[in-house]
Amino acid sequence: MEPSTHKLIHTFGALADLGQEIAGTGDFNEMVRTSMHLLLGTLALRRGAVVECSGPGPLRCVAIWGLEDRAITGFEIEETEKQSFLKNDVAEFLARNTSSSNPFLNRHREQLVGEGIELVLPMIVRGEVTGLVLLGGKASGEEFSGDDFETIRAMVRHIGVGIHTHRLLEQLAQRAEENRRLYEELRAIYRDTVRAFAAAIDIKDKYTQGHSERVGRYSEIIAREMGWSEDEVEGIQIAGYLHDIGKLVVDRDIINAPYNIDAKLSSDLNRHPAAGYEILAPINHPYADIPLMAKYHHERLDGRGYPEGLTDEQIPLGAKIVSLADSFDAMTTDRPYRRRRSFEDVVRDLRENSGKQFDGKVVAAFARALLKEVTGEAKERRIIKMLGKNYLEGEQVEPLLHDLITDLEH
Amino acid sequence: MDTPSGALVRSHCVGSTAVVYASDYLNKLTGEKIERECRRQLDSGCRALVIDFSDTQLVNSIGVSILLGIIDIAEKGGARVVFSEVNSQTIELFEMLGLTRHVVLAKNEHEALLNLSGLATIPIAP
Repeated sequence: MEPSTHKLIHTFGALADLGQEIAGTGDFNEMVRTSMHLLLGTLALRRGAVVECSGPGPLRCVAIWGLEDRAITGFEIEETEKQSFLKNDVAEFLARNTSSSNPFLNRHREQLVGEGIELVLPMIVRGEVTGLVLLGGKASGEEFSGDDFETIRAMVRHIGVGIHTHRLLEQLAQRAEENRRLYEELRAIYRDTVRAFAAAIDIKDKYTQGHSERVGRYSEIIAREMGWSEDEVEGIQIAGYLHDIGKLVVDRDIINAPYNIDAKLSSDLNRHPAAGYEILAPINHPYADIPLMAKYHHERLDGRGYPEGLTDEQIPLGAKIVSLADSFDAMTTDRPYRRRRSFEDVVRDLRENSGKQFDGKVVAAFARALLKEVTGEAKERRIIKMLGKNYLEGEQVEPLLHDLITDLEH
Repeated sequence: MDTPSGALVRSHCVGSTAVVYASDYLNKLTGEKIERECRRQLDSGCRALVIDFSDTQLVNSIGVSILLGIIDIAEKGGARVVFSEVNSQTIELFEMLGLTRHVVLAKNEHEALLNLSGLATIPIAP
């Protein structure tokens, strides 16, 4: 093979490898180091370095080979010198060329030559000098030829674009991370605000303090047990917190005396789901269907609920979950006019009302979640904690739940 | 020492000479392993390196750059470097790029060791 052909093939191979390296998404420093090796190996240059200039101050070394770090320490490039790099041709970039008009080379010639650096090329991207590539002489001892200059220029241009692209991607990733953090913070603020709202709702009803918070948590536990995504689980938790927000427009006396109200007042109280919908609908929630879950949490599968008397398929699943969470909390907490019901009694109610008031699948999911806590399969005992430590004592909890789940799932 | 494929970078010492065997394709991954092994041998007191290319089919640009780095390190440490059993295509490449100005090419490992001991008469011509 003719030496010139052999050289051409060797150079093409290096250019192909360089393209692949620059297009890769691997580690930035590794990309630059490999690119520099490809450049050095193409012409068998004994040493080299790639330095970046980002703003004022010393140039930053990104890759170095065959040189000590001190060889390029303290280099700075002034604005006028950058302009000179934009104008000069390659011949002006030879370090030993004492007639060079390049001010950077003239300023640093002694140090560059002393370290065996023969050629300094700018990396130019979009008309700006983004860094320099410093190269030693050829292992053959020959001078650089015109072809060598062309090869080096092409490869340095590639490396410059590669570095620039990687930096842009880094900045994008950094901004995306910042945005993600901000979004998380906003979500946390939203959640805290909603919880504060829930507390405000419950304060209006002196006998049901913590009710909205518990309904939110029960709803979340049921939805998770039913295999909902994390976003959906968060959404239904919020719906649980806000399900009674419509009570804000109901007279305090009606809320606090539900056992002793006439049909007119009862009708006023029953307005709260629709009122809740009206309050929540104009808000741009980060989760879907929160207003609907509040509106329909008193609907029943048998059509005897309110405000619209919807039946099974017409009721959103989220509203069915909130409905069960709401009723379960009502049954398991003391009210001024009655004590909370025993666990056995609650299970009986859930069984009897599955398919009428509650969706059997939702009840089964809740029972499974509680059973997991009772048997220790679940790490946290969140439902048990909300029920209070004495509530389940003396109850045949496991068999009751087993039977309920079996009945509902078969 | 492990290569990326899980195989070893083979090497052994003959007196104060380390013989390091290059793999079938000398690129970044394998080249850096060989460079580290050469550094390790020099740091542990070897005064000469034989890099054996009997298994090497191809050397790419990165391989050339890494080999130059090894030559540089050896020269700075006053150690000699001999390449042995280099195939004709790679000899052409080394000739073309001027690596042969800095290393001796030997027909095989035995010749390389003889060369380093001063008994060999002439290094092989490409």
